[in-house]
Amino acid sequence: MTLPEEKLTKKQLKADHPTWCPGCGDFAVLASFFNVVQKLGIPHEKIVCVAGIGCSSRFPYFVNTHGIHFIHGRALPLATGISLSRPDLHVFVFGGDGDGFSIGGNHLNHAARKNVNLSYVVMDNQVYGLTKNQTSPTTPIGRRSKTDPRGSVDRPINPMAQLVASGATFIARTHAAQVKHMNEMFERAILHPGFAVVETLSECTMFFPGAFDSGNPRKGGAFNLVDETKRNMECTAEAMQLAEETEIMLPGKFGVYLESRRPTKNELENEWLKDAQAKVADLKPRDLLRQKFAAMR
Amino acid sequence: MSQPTALPVSDSLKNAVIRLAGYSQDGIQSIGAFLAQLAGSTAQDVMTYMTIPSTISGGPSIFQVHLGSGKVLHPGDEADTLVAFYQDSYQNHLSSLRDGGICFYDSDKVEEITEERGIIHIGVPFTSATIEAIGGTAKDRGKNIFVLGVLCAVYKLDREEITKIISKKFGGKSEDILRNAMLAFDAGYLWPVHDIDHMPMAPGENAEEKRLSTDGNTMLAMGLIAGGCRYGAGYPITPWTTIMEQLRSELPKYGGMFIQCEDELAAVSLAIGAAYAGHLAITGSSGPGLALKAEAIGYASMAELPLIVVNIQRGGPSTGMPTSVEQSDLMQAIYGSHGDAPRVVLAPRNVEDCFYTAVEACRIARKYSTPVVILSDQAIATRIEAFPEPDLEKHWDDVDLDLDERGVDFKPYPIDQLTRHSPPGSRSTEGKYPVVTGLEHDEWGHPSGNPENHAAMTAKRRNKLVNLAESLPRPEIFGDDTGDILLVGWGSTYGPIREATGKLRDAGHKVGALHIRHIHPLRVDLGELFENFSHVLVPEMNDSGVYGMGQLTTLLRAVTCDPKIKSINKTMGITFRVQEIVDAATHTLKS
Ligand SMILES: Cc1ncc(C[n+]2csc(CCOP(=O)(O)OP(=O)(O)O)c2C)c(N)n1
Ligand code: SF4
Ligand SMILES: [Mg+2]
Repeated sequence: MTLPEEKLTKKQLKADHPTWCPGCGDFAVLASFFNVVQKLGIPHEKIVCVAGIGCSSRFPYFVNTHGIHFIHGRALPLATGISLSRPDLHVFVFGGDGDGFSIGGNHLNHAARKNVNLSYVVMDNQVYGLTKNQTSPTTPIGRRSKTDPRGSVDRPINPMAQLVASGATFIARTHAAQVKHMNEMFERAILHPGFAVVETLSECTMFFPGAFDSGNPRKGGAFNLVDETKRNMECTAEAMQLAEETEIMLPGKFGVYLESRRPTKNELENEWLKDAQAKVADLKPRDLLRQKFAAMR
Repeated sequence: MSQPTALPVSDSLKNAVIRLAGYSQDGIQSIGAFLAQLAGSTAQDVMTYMTIPSTISGGPSIFQVHLGSGKVLHPGDEADTLVAFYQDSYQNHLSSLRDGGICFYDSDKVEEITEERGIIHIGVPFTSATIEAIGGTAKDRGKNIFVLGVLCAVYKLDREEITKIISKKFGGKSEDILRNAMLAFDAGYLWPVHDIDHMPMAPGENAEEKRLSTDGNTMLAMGLIAGGCRYGAGYPITPWTTIMEQLRSELPKYGGMFIQCEDELAAVSLAIGAAYAGHLAITGSSGPGLALKAEAIGYASMAELPLIVVNIQRGGPSTGMPTSVEQSDLMQAIYGSHGDAPRVVLAPRNVEDCFYTAVEACRIARKYSTPVVILSDQAIATRIEAFPEPDLEKHWDDVDLDLDERGVDFKPYPIDQLTRHSPPGSRSTEGKYPVVTGLEHDEWGHPSGNPENHAAMTAKRRNKLVNLAESLPRPEIFGDDTGDILLVGWGSTYGPIREATGKLRDAGHKVGALHIRHIHPLRVDLGELFENFSHVLVPEMNDSGVYGMGQLTTLLRAVTCDPKIKSINKTMGITFRVQEIVDAATHTLKS
């Protein structure tokens, strides 16, 4: 990634004041994003913020960069279209647990397996915020919501395990109350060539307050880090083990679960594109089509 | 092998309909394709029709070729010649032969039955004669080429030209394959056929310099390229798939790419992503897939992004009849989404028109920053026709990615002008960057729940279609522009309707034909054209529904309030026969 001399200021990056509820964890995610983008100094017009639908998916309105607010669950394929067709851009996707793991769950698998070059922040609040407190795919068993008045009965998905299984090349987990850690995770995700996901536990103060206290030392919890020095960061088996441990012993470990390098979809498609164009370099596009017609005579 | 004998020659034919009936694994499609290509390169006109078994392992299949020295507008109501490879193909398709037609059958496989209608049955041992010609090793392979030889001899087709076509087709493969193909062809060509005269085809009258022969999906894909589509995404479904396959291989040469997605939801989203990024992008499918794309098409309408959506209609609903034809997605194409979500819908009328429709769709999508649906169908998608090569001096648009800096007065959604986006990568003088959104928004793209704003923006999105409708050419009436009956059609019914109009006029009726390519928006003054006729009949390959009207009929009634507009519906999954339209029109005139 080549970076310009001149760096963006927070003032340049700020847009409308967020419409989130007071205390919503997503504010911290936004602040962290500003910090990291400022630090990395990406050219202003090359940043694209993409989101689906949800409280967290309102993110693009609060950032003064090019942005697109799409439909529920489809932010990843939309971002794939941007990333593949415009290699000059830096594509950031934001969304919630419902948007990413439920309605958009299959797109997550495929964006990960294709290793599309983009960074994806999931603000997991374990609830549907925007639609006002229904069970989400990460809601813990037993939690009551408007759609589960007797308490949720379905086993929540394990996002880390799903991401490992589907072949994401950068998988991290952080907590919106741990600003320094969140900054570090975002920065590494952005610098990662390929599909980088950061699951960020971000409290919905309105409908699920205290959901992540167990991971917050200031609320009596424990913020336990992944010890990268003791791990093979490219090993999916180790990452899967870590993901399973986290599921069993919540709040689990925070940090990078997996960091590996595999050709990106962008690189692979561009390789084909270059080869194909090299073969027809002496023809103008219009003559290329004429040549195709000649074969139909 | 017995020696060939010369046959007496009858008068030359202006038209010939040949039906090949066998199994898809016998290569009957390739005989048809060879004949079609031959027609294209010898100034003949051609239209093919085929049925494909929907199972992969093959199964009964037909390929019908209508050759003509002049224009050919439909695949042929009845066959002049039937070629039957098996007993079941023989028995099932004899009825498709006209009275006094000719049936060639494989005498190794078929037992002749007696037939009353003066049909001439000619047994030829396709299987054993091919084995003998090639040398006995090739099993059943090559008998299609043998049959091609028989047909070329009977119809006195250009032997030299067909030899060239065969060489072109097999030349790239091993020498053995080409040699065997030529041996099989010659054996067929020289096979002594005793019971009939030669029936030479009249020389072709379509002497344009360059003629192409290919299918509709290919021309649609080529039209999209000429129109400037460089990015796209899709998910396989018959009969749309061959467009995505071709774009996948072609687009990289033009500096673009086509991505196979996990489903149609992802495909339309990916295409919208590329559109947002500043490209002209395409997605496509057939009926069920279009339904899955509906939500995102509504988004593209709301966010006013240019997008090409191809829909190759097939028999529905649900999985329906995937390899049959129907025109039952018209309402879905126009209205399929939620909310008031205007988009443009165009329908090509034949293979050649697929190209021009695609180019026009691209121009409209760009100019009006709107989704445009191209509504083709299974018949056009898969059949082969011959036609003049498009002139790319006129029908070609270069691609441009407009990343110019946007000035201080830039507004993406000006209320009184067409929407122009600022794709990512373009700088903003003011330092303020837009968010493209599916929420209702003001001129700057800011979300807005203001009631007056929603009314104004809804009108803005609708009015660009109103403006487009006003700029459209008034469709021309073929035949009489005043009289007994106006036949109105869209899409692939074009040919049969034209032909039926000719027949009805020959019978002394005053009949006109109106073909509608711009399905939505329609020109609102269409009704004036209807005033001059006693009856307006709309042949449509869809159901008459609860209210007794097909889908276009419903629209035309809504637009013109004219109760004399009536449907002729067909829901058999096959194209109209010319005679069916003639009969329906005659019946209307009598009653
Ligand atoms: C197709 C469709 N279905 C349902 C909805 C309603 N809806 C909007 S947001 C949402 C869930 C949001 O939950 P999540 O993604 O976790 O985001 P949060 O609000 O919690 O940040 C739902 C069900 C919609 N907008 N579109
Ligand atoms: S409802 Fe919950 S997630 Fe939504 S803004 Fe309020 S606190 Fe945040
Ligand atoms: Mg949520």
